[in-house]
Order: sequence, then structure tokens, then C-alpha cells
Amino acid sequence: MAQRLGEWAAAAPEMEEDIALANIALDQLGAARLLLSYAGEAEGAGRDEDALAFLRDDRQFRNCLLVELPNGDFGQTIAKLLFLSAYQLPLYTALAAGPDERLAAIAAKARKESAYHLDHGRMWTIRLGDGTAESHARMQAAVDAVWPYTAELFASDPAAPVDPAALRGAFDATVAEVLAEATLTRPADGWAPTGGRDGLHTEHLSFLLAEMQVVHRAHPGARW
Amino acid sequence: MNATTSGAAGAPAAADGGSGPRTPDRARAAAAAVVDPELRVVTIDELGILRDVAILDERAVVTITPTYTGCPAMDVIRADIRAALAAAGWPDAEVRTVYSPAWSTDWISPAGRTKLAAAGISPPAPVRAGPVPLTLLRTRCPRCGSADTEQLSRFGSTACKSLWRCRACREPFDHLKAL
Repeated sequence: MAQRLGEWAAAAPEMEEDIALANIALDQLGAARLLLSYAGEAEGAGRDEDALAFLRDDRQFRNCLLVELPNGDFGQTIAKLLFLSAYQLPLYTALAAGPDERLAAIAAKARKESAYHLDHGRMWTIRLGDGTAESHARMQAAVDAVWPYTAELFASDPAAPVDPAALRGAFDATVAEVLAEATLTRPADGWAPTGGRDGLHTEHLSFLLAEMQVVHRAHPGARW
Repeated sequence: MNATTSGAAGAPAAADGGSGPRTPDRARAAAAAVVDPELRVVTIDELGILRDVAILDERAVVTITPTYTGCPAMDVIRADIRAALAAAGWPDAEVRTVYSPAWSTDWISPAGRTKLAAAGISPPAPVRAGPVPLTLLRTRCPRCGSADTEQLSRFGSTACKSLWRCRACREPFDHLKAL
């Protein structure tokens, strides 16, 4: 998500939004670094955050499909931000209360940032949805386009520290409230692509990783 | 992510060089005097980033916590702390980073708030404001003191700030987001 949001730098509709999306990207990157570092230590095979971020191939990534989707137009980016943060906020809240102290500390920190991201996604969804006929139509199209990818977020995994299925209620409540205020319609559930957490991705991830990893791989061990 | 830095610009040299007694208080004072590289008017102690300074086996161990998880200033802060402690007679200091409890703007000291305001950065309202509703604590212009202000952007030049404008004196200013 950080990589995708970073693509908006110098390309957002207004300068304040350049800064906003870059700041959210920085928060997402910060949380990702802490989680990857922890994952590397837990694995015990000597891989650090860089090894996990830059030296794995697409099939070895376990991210949900939603975060690898191309940015689309600004409305589509906002729809992704709204849905992701409406999922991350209850996820981090639950992890912050969990038994794993290291994970709880990371989650407690990330939760505060997620709340701010959700505010941002909410604000823009309402502004665009309840705006002009053009902005309304494009925001509805954005919500419709991203919606199928939200189902995967809540696929049950009893082995996870927090079963994602348990977060669905909080997500639905948040999204229902925001869409109603934005005069947008919640899409019907139907086609629900999945597989990201098993390493089965859209082709978009491969291109994203190629760009993200090329410098690290071209200059192994480089420092600056 | 491999960033290393020689930027010890924020580290003040100890007043008495490395020749004074190596007391824990002196290590603590050296770490506390390190200036935040992005908010250069306040120290990391005043910001609440500095959590602890301890001496373990003749070695200084400094514990800090980031304001935001992705704060890019952390590498510079670590380098500055090590440089400041080396100057105070504690070479090879270790800097540990903790994430819990999560940093809050409520940890910024009164002195830190005063310095931020004097530098044109409006300090945050208390997160736990007690009986006073947060809506009554309007963001005040750090230049003219007016409460007639408006938010231009919820995000600013660093992760910890948002951008505001004073409707009374028309000046834009930074505001440290309450967290």
C-alpha cells in the first residue's frame, strides 16, 4: 500500500493531497518495516526486513489483493484507502489487546495512525460522493470496482492471532455509515477474488515488485 | 533502510568535553540535550521521545520511542544520541527503540510546547482533555494568538504536523497533530 500511495507523489489532484498520501504511505511503510522485522526474527533464518521486502518473489508474498491493485483514478485510490483503513483499525485494535507483547506494541502504535487514515478516506469519500454529479458517479464506480477485493480481507483463518472473520462487523458498520453520508450505494456481494494470502496474486504485484526491488537487487548490500 | 548518517549536527558537544566524571546523570543530560532534527527548537526529552537512560555494564543504554512508526528522523536521532554520549564520555552507547506505550503528544513538556509556539509551530491540544470538550480548545495562531484559524491540510511537511492558516493575521502555520 505504501508503494502504491507513493506513486501519487507529485501527481495528486492538489499539493496538499500529495503530502497527505505520502504521509499515509510513510505510516504504512513504518508499520510494514516493524512487522517484517518481527517476522524475520520469528522465522529465525536470518532474514531481516530488507530480505523479506526486496528478495522475495511475487509468489512468496502473502498480502491481500486489494493493496496491490493499481491506483486507478483518485476516487479508486480513496476507495482502497477507506476499505483498507476500515479493516486495519479494528485489526490493530484487536492485536493491541493480544497476548503477543511485541505485536501488541506495534499494533497500538499503528492503530492511532490507522484512525487518522480512516478519517482521511472518509472525508474524501463523502466529499466526492456527495459532491457533483460527475464526482458522485466516479466515486460510486470506484467503490464498485474495489468492493470485490474486500471479501478476501475477512476470510477466516483460525490460526491467525486475530481471526479476520471477527473484524467484519466493525468494517461493515464503518463502511455503511460512510457510504450513507456520501450518498453512495454499498455494492452487492458477488464475485470475490482471493488467493493473495496463499501467494496467488494478480499480475499487478509482479510489476509493482519489479519497480520496488530493482535498485536493491542491482546493488546488493549497497549503503548510503 | 540501510541509511547510515554522519549527521551529528543536532548533538551538542558536552560542555566539559569527555573529561568529566562518568555519572549516570551526565549521560542522561547529554541524551536529553539532543535536538530533534525536524523540530529543531525542541530536544528529544521535551518532545517525550526520550524514554530512559541507563548504565548497564559500564555502557550507556538510551531508550527512545518514535512519534510515528515511519518517522524518517529516527536514524538521525540515533546517530545524534550516540555522538552526544560519546562527547560526554560514554563511547559506544546503545540506542534501543521501544513502541509501547505508544507516543502521545501529551508527553510534550510545557517547556517544549512554549518553544514550539515561539518557533511558529502551534502545539497540540491535550488528547485527554478531561472535562473540557476538545472542540473548545481551538487551534490558536502561534503568531497573533487568534483562535480564528482554519485547517488547510490534515497533513504537513512532516508526519507529525498539519497545515493551518490564521484568518486574523492571514499567516499560514504548522500545527503539531494531537496523537
